[in-house]
Amino acid sequence: MNLSVLGKVIQNKEIANNIFDMLIECEGADSFAPGQFVNVLCEGGDALLRRPISICDAYDNILRIIYEVKGKGTALLSEYRIGQTVDMLAPLGNGFTLNKEAENPVIIGGGIGTYPLLMLAKQLNNPQVFLGCRNKSLVTLIEDFEKISTLHISTDDGSYGHCGLITELACEYIQQNGTQIIYSCGPKPMLKAVKAIAMQFNIPCQISMEERMGCGIGACLVCACKTAAENGDYKYSHVCKDGPVFDASEVIFE
Amino acid sequence: MNLKVNIAGVELENPVITASGTFGFGFEYGNFYDLNKIGGVCVKGLTLKPRQGNPPIRIAETPSGILNSVGLQNPGVEYYINHELPRLKATGTKAIANISGNTIEEYCKMAEIVSASDTDLIEMNISCPNVKQGGVAFGTDPKTVGEITKAVKKNCLKPLIVKLSPNVTDITETAKAAEAAGADALSLINTITGMVIDIHTKRPVLHNNIGGLSGPAVKPVAVRMVWQVANSVKIPIIGMGGISSGADAIEFILAGASAIAVGTYNFVDPYACIKVLDGITEYCEKYNIADVNELVGGAIMNG
Repeated sequence: MNLSVLGKVIQNKEIANNIFDMLIECEGADSFAPGQFVNVLCEGGDALLRRPISICDAYDNILRIIYEVKGKGTALLSEYRIGQTVDMLAPLGNGFTLNKEAENPVIIGGGIGTYPLLMLAKQLNNPQVFLGCRNKSLVTLIEDFEKISTLHISTDDGSYGHCGLITELACEYIQQNGTQIIYSCGPKPMLKAVKAIAMQFNIPCQISMEERMGCGIGACLVCACKTAAENGDYKYSHVCKDGPVFDASEVIFE
Repeated sequence: MNLKVNIAGVELENPVITASGTFGFGFEYGNFYDLNKIGGVCVKGLTLKPRQGNPPIRIAETPSGILNSVGLQNPGVEYYINHELPRLKATGTKAIANISGNTIEEYCKMAEIVSASDTDLIEMNISCPNVKQGGVAFGTDPKTVGEITKAVKKNCLKPLIVKLSPNVTDITETAKAAEAAGADALSLINTITGMVIDIHTKRPVLHNNIGGLSGPAVKPVAVRMVWQVANSVKIPIIGMGGISSGADAIEFILAGASAIAVGTYNFVDPYACIKVLDGITEYCEKYNIADVNELVGGAIMNG
């Protein structure tokens, strides 16, 4: 499979403070799966390594990525103009394993971890989507999610939706309504809480992990994620190749 | 045009090999091109028993480089021989096993085990900056370098490459010690130890606090060291450190390297090795070089 892909920017728009919504014309995008990522060369400056960015959506040879400008790589990417070529390795990693039989699927996302959940939500039948953000200004993709899911939102400061942690809201919902599967992506403390909820109610749960990467394809071994080993001990799996989506029961949180 | 080079009796199709730790066991990059197009694959650093490596964070980007502290995560030498080596050899490229140990005895045992396999060359890593025992501790003292090389050589039936650490005052001392003890070739440089501190948390970014610097940032240091070593020893040198183009590779060859390795740049461009090879070919064509070996050590020093 040829993982080396050249796309063309058709939109690169700031949708919230430092959050950019990029659409890329990209042959083969239709084969990308929810939860997979692309490793993008951020040209025009001195960012050396590619930047791994999750796939927000992919359809009709169009790839959608949403990224936060955090360092020099994403800053360079935010300067990309319409028509500019994007050098990517794509699609990478193992995405979510969709279980369409599971009733009342629950999706829990936090912060920039909400973006890779859109494509997943689209492929499920009216999932319950829980999105948590720091504040109202960072709440994005509402319209996209509302079309295809039942949306629940929380903010840390209460400026939009429920005030508090999204995991509290999700836990309450699950307790009252039940679910047969949980999918999640977000910051580590949130994923740890999601795993705890899944274990408490004995619900299968898939979580998408993030770690600093080098190659993005499983050669350099830097994106280590502590997981349970067969012998009861732990091992370091690699987010780029073994993940980014793991069964929550495998992941060991510190 | 001849691109074939000979490292300690092993003929490589061309002078481009991969740097250990940047290329796994080859197969991730084998999705991008046929591995027999490059001179050889130097595999991920191996140890006697499987190793978990260091906790994350294991990488930080630095100006024109990266700092890493993987800590030799690998499935162990037996797994390499039984699972990775057969399919690597099946590609037709040359296999170079990079070995590490905690003690001289472990290095000897590793050399013995790998010698019994189809591996073409053995690279002894006495310069890993990311493990507490062994590693760089062996590689910085010329006396120890001599002792370990001599001991391993006795147990090694394959050509032995000693990988030198740049974290020394005078690299020619460790180079000469390795040569005197029987090393068949030298490879340099391993990574330069470094540190990155997050000023907001006031903690080093890497869990291991320090790591090894590689990438274009280290290239001038590496070229200088290759040149110094080439002028101190007679055995062949595999030069590495920040190579990202054919031009970079030619610099190392002119400094005295018989072969070169591409490392960090594989992450930037999965076709890096192929592009480096193409660049070497173009240079030879441009300057009517019939044999790449003619270029080795061809740098002309200023008066």
